[in-house]
Amino acid sequence: MSTSEQLTEDAIWQALRQVMDPEIPVVSLVDLGVVRAVETDGAHVRVVMTPTFSGCPALHVMRALVEQKLQDLGAASVDVEMVLNPPWTSDDISPEGREKLRAFGLAPPPVHQGDQTIILQPQVTCPRCGSSRVTVKNTFGSTLCRAIYYCLDCQDAFEQFKPL
Amino acid sequence: MNEQLQQALMDRLVAMADDEVILGHRDSEWTGHAPILEEDIAIANIAQDELGHALIWYELAEPYTGNDADSMAFFRDARQFRNVQMVELPNGDWAFTMLRQYLFDAYEMALLTRLMTSQYAPLAEAAEKIRREEIYHFRHSSIWVERLGLGTEESHARMQRALDHLWPYALQLFRPMPLDAHLVEAGFFPDPDQLQTAWQDVVLPHLKNADLTPPDAEPIYAHRHHHTEHLVDLLADMQLVARSIPKAVW
Repeated sequence: MSTSEQLTEDAIWQALRQVMDPEIPVVSLVDLGVVRAVETDGAHVRVVMTPTFSGCPALHVMRALVEQKLQDLGAASVDVEMVLNPPWTSDDISPEGREKLRAFGLAPPPVHQGDQTIILQPQVTCPRCGSSRVTVKNTFGSTLCRAIYYCLDCQDAFEQFKPL
Repeated sequence: MNEQLQQALMDRLVAMADDEVILGHRDSEWTGHAPILEEDIAIANIAQDELGHALIWYELAEPYTGNDADSMAFFRDARQFRNVQMVELPNGDWAFTMLRQYLFDAYEMALLTRLMTSQYAPLAEAAEKIRREEIYHFRHSSIWVERLGLGTEESHARMQRALDHLWPYALQLFRPMPLDAHLVEAGFFPDPDQLQTAWQDVVLPHLKNADLTPPDAEPIYAHRHHHTEHLVDLLADMQLVARSIPKAVW
């Protein structure tokens, strides 16, 4: 796109749907629910984002990817603002995002609406065979947002995106 | 906000950040050395979470300190840190590490729950965010207290030994900082005495259920600017790379 054309918010959202989570490359930042708002006057862009887990090392990568993507789109300047309020929850992951997680082999988090019983004892099904005969091996995993489970039917381990 | 309230707020934010960054560093020392693979992964995650929380507190303090998180963590000396002594003690065995984590997690849960209604909005927002992650830590360390307290004779003895050592240090968490009264009055921060009561209401029954008894010992009631010799060694290690190549980017 040439820089003389006016950017629209729709075009920006569409572009951000192509920016993938660096650690889960099938889910976009929009699917993940970390892009909160987008504003533009046609040239300058402001994006409001929120972190998933506060210590997530992918955060600065996400920020850089967003800036790069929108500059490529023709933005004269990109201002990414990080906010904590309201805090991100795994409920913010879109239904499409959940399906993509499952297809990727990551069991999606249950929708919990803040219910701690669901967060701490989630009903998890194996992303490969759909079995609910699974057992938790570790509530911490290979990244801050993952837990490790074992499927008694597949007889193999799988990861879950942790409810938060 | 008057000047004294600002100073009080900055002191508290830096103290909270320093507790997290030092505990996070101690936890990270287990990476590759934890007793089993699952725990190696878990403690590395917990360490990373604590660093994330330190980052949030340092950033909230930045308007008052004038320093970013990296400068605060890597370019201050031991006498400038405001963490409690408990978090700087060497890791000891797994019982010591897990019990320290438990005592600290319980403190953080009590603190964050109260900070969620702080009159200082940025503090309330951050507390709500951080508490969600701390739920996982608290459950993890709680289970270890039971597992080792009620495990074998050896695991129980180690856990009781750790409690005898750590209990007086844990009480330092509730020593008011010099300007705390301003924060309490403004509704920014909970009263440390009430915080201690809330903490004990959770911790004492849990320890009892795990067959562990806190010692009848005098609290280590040092000011937060007094440290053990261990902090100097810890910082030498933690700050080495940042100070060797101050402009490095990665």
